[in-house]
Amino acid sequence: MEAARGSAHVSHVSHVQTSKISVTFKGYSAGSYTHTELGLSDEKVLDMYQNMLLQRRFEQRANQMYGKQKIAGFLHLYIGQEAVSTGAATGIKIGTDSLITAYRDHGHALALGMSANECMAELYGKVDGCSKGKGGSMHFFSKEKRLFGGHGIVGAHVPVGGGIAFAHKFKNDGGVCLAFYGDGAVGQGAIHEAMNLASLYKLPLIFIIENNEYAMGTATDRAFGQPEFTRLAVGYDIPASQVDGMDVFSVCKAVQDHAAMAREGQPSLLEIKTYRYLGHSVSDPQKYRTKEELDGKKEEDPIIRLKAYILENSLADNDALDALDDEVKETVKESVEFAENSPFPDLSAIYDDIYDESDYPYLN
Amino acid sequence: MAELQFREALRQAMTEEMERDESIFLIGEEVAEYNGAYKVSEGMLEQFGPSRIIDTPISENGFCGLGVGAAMNGLRPIVEFMTWNFSFVGMDQILNNAAKMRYMSGGQFNVPIVFRGANGAAGQLAATHNTSVESIYSTIPGLKVLAPSNPDDAKGLLKSAIRDNNPIVFLESEVMYGMKGEVSDDPDYTIPIGKARIAREGKDVTIVSHGKVYWSAMKVADRLVEAGYDPEVIDLRTIRPLDIDTVTASIRKTNRCVILDESNPFASISSEVTYQIQERVFDHLDAPILRITTKDTPAPFARNLMDHYMPSEEDAYQACLRVMYAK
Amino acid sequence: MAIAIEMPKLSDTMEEGVVVAWLAEEGQKVEAGDVIAQVETDKATMDLEIYDDGVLLKCVIAEGDSVSIGGLIAVLGDEGEDISALLASYESGNSVAGSVDAPAKESAPEAATPEPASARTAAPVAAPVSASTPAPVSAPAAASAPVSAGRVRSSPLARRLAADKGIVLAAVTGSGPEGRIIKRDIESYSVPDTPAAASGAGAAVGIGRLEGTDSYSSVPLSQMRKAILRRLAESKFSAPHFYLTADIAMEKAFAARVQLNVLTEKREQPKVSFNDLVVKACALALREHPWVNASYMEAESEIRFHKNVDVAIAVAIDDGLITPIIRNADAKSLGQISIETRDLATRARAKQLQPDEYSGSTFTTSNLGMFGIDEFTAIINPPNACILAIGSIRDIPVVVDGAVVPGKRMKVTLSCDHRVVDGATGARFLGSVRQYLEDPLSMLL
Repeated sequence: MEAARGSAHVSHVSHVQTSKISVTFKGYSAGSYTHTELGLSDEKVLDMYQNMLLQRRFEQRANQMYGKQKIAGFLHLYIGQEAVSTGAATGIKIGTDSLITAYRDHGHALALGMSANECMAELYGKVDGCSKGKGGSMHFFSKEKRLFGGHGIVGAHVPVGGGIAFAHKFKNDGGVCLAFYGDGAVGQGAIHEAMNLASLYKLPLIFIIENNEYAMGTATDRAFGQPEFTRLAVGYDIPASQVDGMDVFSVCKAVQDHAAMAREGQPSLLEIKTYRYLGHSVSDPQKYRTKEELDGKKEEDPIIRLKAYILENSLADNDALDALDDEVKETVKESVEFAENSPFPDLSAIYDDIYDESDYPYLN
Repeated sequence: MAELQFREALRQAMTEEMERDESIFLIGEEVAEYNGAYKVSEGMLEQFGPSRIIDTPISENGFCGLGVGAAMNGLRPIVEFMTWNFSFVGMDQILNNAAKMRYMSGGQFNVPIVFRGANGAAGQLAATHNTSVESIYSTIPGLKVLAPSNPDDAKGLLKSAIRDNNPIVFLESEVMYGMKGEVSDDPDYTIPIGKARIAREGKDVTIVSHGKVYWSAMKVADRLVEAGYDPEVIDLRTIRPLDIDTVTASIRKTNRCVILDESNPFASISSEVTYQIQERVFDHLDAPILRITTKDTPAPFARNLMDHYMPSEEDAYQACLRVMYAK
Repeated sequence: MAIAIEMPKLSDTMEEGVVVAWLAEEGQKVEAGDVIAQVETDKATMDLEIYDDGVLLKCVIAEGDSVSIGGLIAVLGDEGEDISALLASYESGNSVAGSVDAPAKESAPEAATPEPASARTAAPVAAPVSASTPAPVSAPAAASAPVSAGRVRSSPLARRLAADKGIVLAAVTGSGPEGRIIKRDIESYSVPDTPAAASGAGAAVGIGRLEGTDSYSSVPLSQMRKAILRRLAESKFSAPHFYLTADIAMEKAFAARVQLNVLTEKREQPKVSFNDLVVKACALALREHPWVNASYMEAESEIRFHKNVDVAIAVAIDDGLITPIIRNADAKSLGQISIETRDLATRARAKQLQPDEYSGSTFTTSNLGMFGIDEFTAIINPPNACILAIGSIRDIPVVVDGAVVPGKRMKVTLSCDHRVVDGATGARFLGSVRQYLEDPLSMLL
């Protein structure tokens, strides 16, 4: 040891053995898959289209209502990333599999089939919200749809996703867990601890990085010494794939493949390249990117892409798609009315749901 | 009844509960192959196998979060911290995820999980390894905080904790693991959470304590008895929810209170107990409430400094005399 | 629109009043300015005047019953009007004490006082005392005698026990640190005889020591007796008294009075009494000794020097005593003092004094000379700093220039509140009084 100290760098390198990297890497690029290859019916494709539109219109309306001060607190919008949520939800068994995500969670909730009404009411902080008005924008939950939450502390929910997967394995119920997080969370220790544990315990877990290129206002290359996230999988010896998140079919296919791995006890990593059109939150002036960059991304819009696919493949005509859009607009309008009309929680509700017991003298 | 060590009582509680309920598992550093850093889980790997007695890497944030997720998805984890000093690297999981999940989800997701391990001072371990965490965790709504003082309570309270549907912070002590005592062998023996125990009845002064420092309280009480006084000693057992009714009932009788709390004094359990006493039975107090705590410093290393840091039985005795206006 | 007639505050110290008599009947049409009832306060019987026209719809308080200030006495309104809602609104707050004293708040049994409820029902800051509720009926003043924390140290328990037992903390010696009064001090404290009993001249009710109802008769405390009891107990227990006695030569005063009354007879004025002379002497002396013409102000933690010299005179009346005031007595002639004193005394006995005629004195005299009392000590009339107890003028042998000759002497005893007046201060004041009385002409200067 004493001798080695003076020339540590050199001598260490000379002692390293070249390890065999067993990690598989795959790319799911845009335009690579047809719906029939993924086993999706024509109707399912229209459903996916309508669901992506619902996310878009829901958030546009939410943004408006935020401006009218009907909604308070943080509002992180997902617009531009809808193919990720819809593609992922299409690739799993809703009701069996589990999903946990960060605070930009409206899209995932709607993709899992939660109603616009309960989601809008939650944004309003009303009692009919999906978390009874206790969570708000960042904390959507649905036990029924197995949405284990939107979570506000960056990265902290990913070990929880590991635990959800652990329970699937423990109970042997065939379920897998999708743990979504943004590129900004990759620097958090919790993510790496979770990856290590998942790899160690062989958990049915998919780590899904939604890489929208900005952690709030910090571009990935300003936050990471090594910004190619799939390479992180090497350190934990798990498979990793990179996905074009502007194509819902690419996302769906990647999730299908990785969920199948998970069901075999193989955790993995997906990096889904996506882009959010709006600011980090509604208060973001977006000085960190150019209008040209944004406009360029909008040309790859996942909804326009899917619409083109539908028309091209004659799954529906323009009128039918317009009719679907009208339905969505009506649904969203109704959700605003629903949220407006829903009462605020009773003041006594402040003490509800802290503990399992409702009649216990915990609170003072 | 059988005479068991504190650690054996804990083990018996876990073992009996795991035999009863297959959704329970134990996870933590060195709990399986090593048989537990303090031998609490000795033999459990052999009995339950590696799927239920699970060693972790040194990764508190990771395995605490894993426990929370597993609890949300239908299991009942017992997470062992080698000591509570190490909980802080995983504290976000306890503070934000375990404690608040039920609330933020509008009651949809319970987190039935027990975080347990050694708490408080354990000799010359210096500042980072001698933290008393009860006031830190007791301030968080959504958690219950338990601190048994003897083997029988350890068993009864741990079984209650494991059966409870809420996240529990369960505080043991390195220096108590070897303590022996009579322990119930009833497989359904539980001690209700949120109820204090009157360890000694008396009428002259109420001494409130919990956990390890309870034994100091009893020694002080013995001295007081020798000196002709009649002290009452309360072992809180549960810190949150605090059984303030038992404390105030005692003070209505004695009109005086001294609190022994092996924690840093500022914003501590003794602070909270004092507040609640003055709020509820101010007019029954014949003297200021006094408390004996550790010094308001980090724990030192040197032996003499460490002795000086710890709550002193002599100080506690003198405090009792003072509130009784004796001498 | 029904109008509630509430018990008005008719004296500075009044806490409740008794409806002595109704002068209007239910259903009777009344007008603003009408007197509809007579109310007995702690000081006097007062007319209850109304300020609106209408029909007297209900007399809520029966004759002989008492009600605290702000309590509902009667309801005025239009004929046939429904007043149930209005009555209900007073139902909870109106404390009709009747002949049985409502338990005062301070002495509510502790066991019945619930601890703050859990947060599910109670706001985090549940103020135990509601400032909006009317003052508790017949709250024992002794119990609530303000004892400022800085002055009398006591434990919370000791305060509560003292309140329960009616012990004034200032009278208790504390054995705790820095004299803190603690539980054992209260438990070992024995209450001295009440001053009301000690000065209870004419009180026919003995202290019953025998069991059974035959061995005594009793009367309920009148408002006046309650006021005497409360105020004098408060005074005796919170003001540390000391006493200075002087034996004053009254020969010259005697002669002066004879001369003065020759004049009053001519002017058809009432005679000047010895008491008037003493009042005048005191008034002039008070002007010279501002520390005696002063008050200890508990709440303000200050000593207040009065600009006016307002001398009260204790007047015995049927069921107690009252202290009407000669305002600016130092500036008034003996004749004027004499006239005013007689008028006040006459109206006091008829219970016709207005509150401002017996409220706000700066000094009090009490004279029992006419009862043949040579000397006595009096309890200070708060917030006065002193009271002068005047004895009879005695014909006694005195030594003048080495020879025993007949003399006239009057003993006066000044009770001083030591919080304001020190021994020397009181002695100098008494010296001035003596000087004026022994040389009455000096009062004319």
